[in-house]
Amino acid sequence: MIRLAVISGKGGTGKTMITAALAQLLHGNLVLADCDVDASNLELLLSPKLIDTTPFMGMKTAVIDPAVCTQCGECESHCRFGAISRDGEVYKINPIRCEGCAVCVHICPVAIRMQPRQTGEIMYSETARGHLVHARLVPGAGNSGLLVHAVKKMAMERDRNSDLFLIDGPPGTGCPLISTISGVDMVLIITEPSVSGLHDLKRVVEVCRQFRPRIFVAINRFDLEQSLTKTIQHWCNEEGIPLIGMIPFDPQVIESVRAGSPVTQAGPSPAAQAIRKLADNLEKEMTHHDTQRG
Amino acid sequence: MKLAIASGKGGTGKSMVAANLAFTLSRTEQVTLVDCDVEEPNLHLFFPAPATTTEVTVPVPVVDENTCQHCGLCGEFCQYGAITVLSDRVLFFPELCHSCGGCTLVCPNDAIHEEPKRIGTTTISTPLPNLKLISGRLDTGNPHAVPIIRAAKNLASEDPVVIHDTAPGTSCPVVETLDGCDACILVTESTPFGLHDLRLAVDVAGRLGIPAGIVINRSDGNDKATLEFCTDHDLEVMMTIPFEREIAAIQCRGDLLCRVRPEWQNAFIALYVKCSTLAGG
Repeated sequence: MIRLAVISGKGGTGKTMITAALAQLLHGNLVLADCDVDASNLELLLSPKLIDTTPFMGMKTAVIDPAVCTQCGECESHCRFGAISRDGEVYKINPIRCEGCAVCVHICPVAIRMQPRQTGEIMYSETARGHLVHARLVPGAGNSGLLVHAVKKMAMERDRNSDLFLIDGPPGTGCPLISTISGVDMVLIITEPSVSGLHDLKRVVEVCRQFRPRIFVAINRFDLEQSLTKTIQHWCNEEGIPLIGMIPFDPQVIESVRAGSPVTQAGPSPAAQAIRKLADNLEKEMTHHDTQRG
Repeated sequence: MKLAIASGKGGTGKSMVAANLAFTLSRTEQVTLVDCDVEEPNLHLFFPAPATTTEVTVPVPVVDENTCQHCGLCGEFCQYGAITVLSDRVLFFPELCHSCGGCTLVCPNDAIHEEPKRIGTTTISTPLPNLKLISGRLDTGNPHAVPIIRAAKNLASEDPVVIHDTAPGTSCPVVETLDGCDACILVTESTPFGLHDLRLAVDVAGRLGIPAGIVINRSDGNDKATLEFCTDHDLEVMMTIPFEREIAAIQCRGDLLCRVRPEWQNAFIALYVKCSTLAGG
């Protein structure tokens, strides 16, 4: 199984739109995962049919038994996350701030205990191109990195015989992104010709280089600011990162997103053609990857 | 007035709204702009200026191997799996540590103390006479964004008008940024992605009890679904920015709409007035 993650650093560069099109175009048996668990959108383009749902238990959360609590305040003074505060006559734990460290339970084992808490759910669905594992994090909940890990694990366990594991990744460089790229073989970074796009590309490449995947770049909406596209091309060249896709701005992309389908399904359009080329280039790299592995 | 600009979905134009709002307000009053998208901070690209940098550190445990009896209590206690105790040494995985201090409390031999570990930086600059820019920046490869956001926000805690630019998503970094704000602007785009993620962002703001108003960016006129959602949820659409290639290009170059096309300044002043009403009401 080759594991390929589509990521971006900067949000809104077109990861999900491109992942959905690649799912349609790339050959072989696929399993898909949406690791942007905060705001997962891949399902909006793949019309998944839900097979089953698994609750996701994040870190446990502390709860105080008000009947036993003597209001000494020791727990509050030891909590480093500002999760405990006095509310009138009782001390309360704010579950949004609690990071589940259990220090308060150590301080006060009589009145405080840790309680399991469901902070999301993992969905396993059928799509035209294979199974999709996606998730929903309770808005405001933490542990998105753990949920990403659980999503990837389910995809790799349940569909271990797939040829390709295609992942739609989260923006950023923090815990969900690191959880997404750990253990993958290849990352495709989608960038855009803007000063922010380039800045964020450089940072996400820095993170990827601390792991082992081969790195590829594609520029979306490359024709919106040609001079920056040149700068990005030049930078990739200097860094020895293959630039394997150039996708033009194309109103058909928004039309297709509104229609709830990959842009490559709508017939020939400039963006669809460019993504076909990108898919061809990826196929070549994956064949190469397989050959190298022997 | 503490304001946050958030969105759920990435790339909807949060930084663009934050930068233009701060630029416009700074023409008449003192404004602090805080970049809380510490994984991918971008605001400094729109306001280049010499900056003072401060390291942000978190406490992490250091085990004194001479005192340690390898009893394993710290490893058992750590909820994050950051400590593994072997028979002859202790393995510590700093990227898993949340700096709760629990291991130092449970060690019966006082063999663990804490030392600061750098995880990122904050920078302060004054790119315009009335504008203070604070940027949080997580070191690449480090997973924990929240302590950097906290540090960046703290630097602005005494300032009268503070605009926070938020990371995309709906989890801890967004909660940390929104916490304590008087109002938030949710920037969306009129696509199913934009609307799906706007719902989540509205949910987070609601859970935190922060009044929210909407800005529709890159509108091509097909805003019906978004407008219906806003009506149903009693959310005011405070501003609509049309899709124009020229506006996109200004942003791409790292320039500001309100600087290149000053006629836009009135719209951002009106946006701020609406936010003040939102915060007061």
